Amino acid sequence: MSTTVVKPSGASAVRSGHGPARHLKRYWQLWVMVLPATAFVLVFAYVPMYGIQLAFREFDFAAGLTGGKFVGLKYFQQFFESPMFATLMRNTVLISISTLVLGFIAPIILALLINQLMRSRIKRWVQTITYLPHFISVVVIVGMLQVFLSPSDGLLTRLLAFVGISGTNFLGDTGSFVPVYVLSDIWQHAGWNSIIYLAALAGVNTQLYEAARIDGANRWQLIRHVDIPALVPTMIILLILNMGNVLNTGFEKVFLMQNTLNLPISEVIATYTYKIGILSSQFSYSTAIGLFNTLINFTFLVLANRIAKRVSDTSLW
Amino acid sequence: MTTTLLASGRSRTRRPDSRRRRSSSGERLFELGVLLACALVVFATLYPIYFVLIASISDSGAVATGQVIMFPKRLSVFGYEQILGDARIWTGYRNTIVYTAVGTVLNLAVTLPAAFALSRKEFRPRRPLMLFFAFTMFFSGGLIPTYLLYKDLGLLDNWLVFILPSAVNVYNLIIARSFFENSLPEELYEAATLDGADYFRFFATVALPLSKAIISVIGLYYLVQHWNDFFTGLIFVRDYAKQPLQIVLRDILLSNQAFSGGAGGGGGSGGAYAQRYADQIKYGVIVVSTLPVIVVYPFLQKYFEKGVLIGAVKG
Repeated sequence: MSTTVVKPSGASAVRSGHGPARHLKRYWQLWVMVLPATAFVLVFAYVPMYGIQLAFREFDFAAGLTGGKFVGLKYFQQFFESPMFATLMRNTVLISISTLVLGFIAPIILALLINQLMRSRIKRWVQTITYLPHFISVVVIVGMLQVFLSPSDGLLTRLLAFVGISGTNFLGDTGSFVPVYVLSDIWQHAGWNSIIYLAALAGVNTQLYEAARIDGANRWQLIRHVDIPALVPTMIILLILNMGNVLNTGFEKVFLMQNTLNLPISEVIATYTYKIGILSSQFSYSTAIGLFNTLINFTFLVLANRIAKRVSDTSLW
Repeated sequence: MTTTLLASGRSRTRRPDSRRRRSSSGERLFELGVLLACALVVFATLYPIYFVLIASISDSGAVATGQVIMFPKRLSVFGYEQILGDARIWTGYRNTIVYTAVGTVLNLAVTLPAAFALSRKEFRPRRPLMLFFAFTMFFSGGLIPTYLLYKDLGLLDNWLVFILPSAVNVYNLIIARSFFENSLPEELYEAATLDGADYFRFFATVALPLSKAIISVIGLYYLVQHWNDFFTGLIFVRDYAKQPLQIVLRDILLSNQAFSGGAGGGGGSGGAYAQRYADQIKYGVIVVSTLPVIVVYPFLQKYFEKGVLIGAVKG
């Protein structure tokens, strides 16, 4: 034990290179500390990954997760040829991309706006209030949408009728599902997502503002030429992270907002996987659809990262 | 010129004043616009929540005819009487509290030591281990393999399903690791080892007491995650007695199972009666289930903010 006493970390790295026994003797306590987390992730994240082979096998109750007969790409082919494929892809991409784009822009605008507030008291209040909806559960959000958009006497329905948009059952109409979904998402998360941009803006060197001032810049020009460039690295990282979820459209909210009237636009890959798999027990088929979804997600993430690296030197890895 | 610029640049707090000093009429118009826009944002954020609150204590007829806008009209606590008399709400509440409490304790007990170990630079396996954890943020086995695994482990319809699978959240693990890395000076560890402390001892007696900020932050993140968990109950649990609040809420708010059986207290007009008050009950349910969050929120808000920022500086 005494050998572990005081060593600059560099030196210890050299000395610990004497085989696993030596390593374990010195670091067993760190292993003990990291082991529970490793075990949980191994069981609950990696075992299901191993179970993905179900997508290539005939599910067999007796054989369990990985024992069935190998059938190759049969289930993928079934999915691509199914009449649902085009609808699911269109809906998923439509909902994800609109949420991605608008949900990405809104917090940036909000942060730029809040940052323009002069008095820090007001600033803090505005910030605190805009985060609040982030902590309301999805179920309650959708419940609020339902009462507010009730066709007979909903608050929002009446308000919209006042400005001339009436006669629509907003939650039961294929034309208004996506706007309702995206706008409520912005209402809930824009404030929260703006925190990180506000922090980036607070870190801008004041000399930049002073210098721009002397060059005769007005407030708009300060925003355009100082604030926005300062946000770019943060924007890129967040955009990449979000890209990884392009097809991973929030199962919960879509599922809760679904009804028979809006189903043609609201059935997405995630909800379909649930219905096919859990509700009608077509395990292999559902696994194949889920894997297809994950692979596309992953591709988007890798691509976005590569592009970001090339154009801006900012990347996730 | 340069010297004055440097001088004013040094104190960040003075930025607003130095800007205002040169305000022209254009500037003032701009500021007015900013204030108006912010007022609009604040109103759009708060009003729906406020409306739910006043609608829940107003007569349902007055709400339906649009008389309730700024203040409650014809006070009525009918909705609340119905809700408080409904056993499902209480079961849901109790379950959620238990799952949240037990779950969060396990979360912290698993996450903090792991984050500490991964923050030690001399611990060579930390790089491959971080990859092992981070990979799960981007790739997963999907719903069905997960479902079948839970089935094999006997977690279906078992309350542990709310606790065990979510024991580690990799994002929170990374936040905690960066915190340990950035805010525990290496000298502290060296001093502690000189005094004979090993890793366990150092973690328990030095690292943890210095990390109250991060413990509260990720504790809160976990807490909210458990409190709002709807997915787990929907997919993995059939037994209604084990369902958390969010599932009960779904049934009352969205599936219109609103007190069809239990609403008989008021005069026996049956289904039509329940229907007439369904909306008021919905407003009340939203308040009852969200109030705890709204009430504690102002006190916790700064911790959440801190969490986002600590998470953001990760390398």
